[in-house]
Amino acid sequence: MMKPKIATDWLAACAGCHMSLLDIDEKLIELLQKVELTSSPLTDLKVPPESGVDVGLLTGAVNNDDNLHVARRMRQRSRILVACGDCAVFGGIIRMRNHWPLSEALEAAYRDNPSTVEGLIPGAPEIMRPLPDRSVGEVVKVDVYVPGCPPSPEVIFYVLNELAEGRIPALDESRLNYD
Amino acid sequence: MVQRIMIEPVTRIEGHAKVSITLDDEGKVRQARLHVNEFRGFERFCRGRMYFEMPQIAPRICGICPVSHHLAAAKAGDAINGVVPTRTATLLRELMHMGQVVQSHSMHFFELAGPDLLLGFDAEPARRNVVGLIEDHPQVALKGVLLRKYGQNVISALGRKRVHPEFAVAGGVNSALTPAARDAMLGELEERISDVLDGIGIAKAWLEEHRDYAESFASFPCGYMGLVGENGELELYHGQVRLIDCQGAQVVQFDPRDYLDHIGERVEDWTYLKFPYSLKLGWPEGTYRVGPLARLNVCERIGTPKAQEQLEEWKSLNGGGPVQGTLYYHYARLVEALYALERIGQLLDDPDIMSNDLYAPSAAITGHGVGCLEAPRGTLFHDYHTDEDGRLTSVNFIIATGHNNWAMSRSVEEVARAYVDGRNLSEGMLNRVEAAIRAHDPCLSCSTHALGQMPLEVTLLAADGRILDRAVRG
Repeated sequence: MMKPKIATDWLAACAGCHMSLLDIDEKLIELLQKVELTSSPLTDLKVPPESGVDVGLLTGAVNNDDNLHVARRMRQRSRILVACGDCAVFGGIIRMRNHWPLSEALEAAYRDNPSTVEGLIPGAPEIMRPLPDRSVGEVVKVDVYVPGCPPSPEVIFYVLNELAEGRIPALDESRLNYD
Repeated sequence: MVQRIMIEPVTRIEGHAKVSITLDDEGKVRQARLHVNEFRGFERFCRGRMYFEMPQIAPRICGICPVSHHLAAAKAGDAINGVVPTRTATLLRELMHMGQVVQSHSMHFFELAGPDLLLGFDAEPARRNVVGLIEDHPQVALKGVLLRKYGQNVISALGRKRVHPEFAVAGGVNSALTPAARDAMLGELEERISDVLDGIGIAKAWLEEHRDYAESFASFPCGYMGLVGENGELELYHGQVRLIDCQGAQVVQFDPRDYLDHIGERVEDWTYLKFPYSLKLGWPEGTYRVGPLARLNVCERIGTPKAQEQLEEWKSLNGGGPVQGTLYYHYARLVEALYALERIGQLLDDPDIMSNDLYAPSAAITGHGVGCLEAPRGTLFHDYHTDEDGRLTSVNFIIATGHNNWAMSRSVEEVARAYVDGRNLSEGMLNRVEAAIRAHDPCLSCSTHALGQMPLEVTLLAADGRILDRAVRG
């Protein structure tokens, strides 16, 4: 039997959900024997294979035009899409930014800022454009939601292991965590 | 016509970035830039929150070193409360910080950058990662996993969670160390010290075998900055900020509270990451590096015996002058992981660490606080102003990786000049460019940016910036 293929990526995130994945410690070795890890911030494969993966896992919120592109591509190429962590599930802490115009947030960082000398707002074509913060589920269809900041390593292992075994994980109350 | 090579995203770093390399007509490298795509806006949306919420909000900047932001926010909170935390609270915070240094540094060496050294820069991309490492060197990979687990367990024993713990508060900490947790930490310590010494052996053997390579790879003169203790010793939790020049001479040493007198940040249009520099030396002469390489170059001694032995070897590498080769970051990082483990032993042996004297109450809000420490990747500043009720009116962060922004771009340029031939591109060449960034262990915690199909995209640009042609190599 072919090993199930998994791809992971982070959008606007702190990387804590991927840390929580590494926090399964020795079980990581067990998991990596059971699945084929394709593209991920932990490997040098940069995008999910065009032929698709069984499970695509996204962490982080959709916070700029590139996040949107990456979320849509992961959706297209994944049979099952997992939104992992509070940013992906709810929009996360950056959602607080939506209370002000984006221009004010940029001002606070690059111009109206005590250590910045002769500030300007970056805007070259090479870099992305910020957008109002959204959850992954607000821009593409999500199949499995895993909340938590971050979800505990046990829950992440449970979810990936169930998916690797061909089952949709049932997240009962004991596995839900909204901190 | 100029040609551009894009590497995006840069992988096996914490956060996403991309690199553009501009070539001239002969296919020679004209310019290389590191574009950081992060913008999340913490400096705006924290305004209006209460200062005592920051130890919970700020760690969400980064899930790899959340403890740094947690503790820096608490330290700024101490100053806003106008108090000095109790000795026990200070010892416990440092203990948590050392746990983080162990986990972050060992993850970087064993799980992110190690594959370049152990499997080779030109190894097949699909295997040049932690998975390939587990297959080829399972014992080495396991040491990395166990070291990281040890550090994470120190954090969760104090703060109940490994990522985004809840422990430090403005004025102290919220719980005491239990004897069971102390004994568990002590019980495993010698084994983990032995693991990190094995890692040091691997790094040193590699650097010796590839000495010419390591000394020339992204090697350039620059300043170095880091905290030092009262006697010039390596200090990661508190101390004074020392800046040295490329010869090793001290430029300035200052109290972190006065950081605005010494550090300015430049903004460029093509990246969201700012460029800090020394105001005394000006831009760009005042650029410098931070993190393990810088800290070992800046300090005069280390207060734990095994790490001190390593430092003596370090100081002999360049005749007492600063070590400049970017790949020496890996060695320095492991020496610091060794120090952090030994320091955990020292802290746990201190009788005051088991006390319940955890919190210093405050009489009034001072309205201002700066929190500074050495995060795994370098000097971190949090600077908060509040109104009389403690509501934040301004928040400023200078994040460790920011200080290295100029140096990462410079490293990319050096390596691109040395290894990238625009007429004969290979994946391994481009991985070397990435490795120069990776050695700084950047923590960009930012968004993915990807346009092409597979590892790189070459864009041909006219002099006016118009795109003439685009080729994608898979």
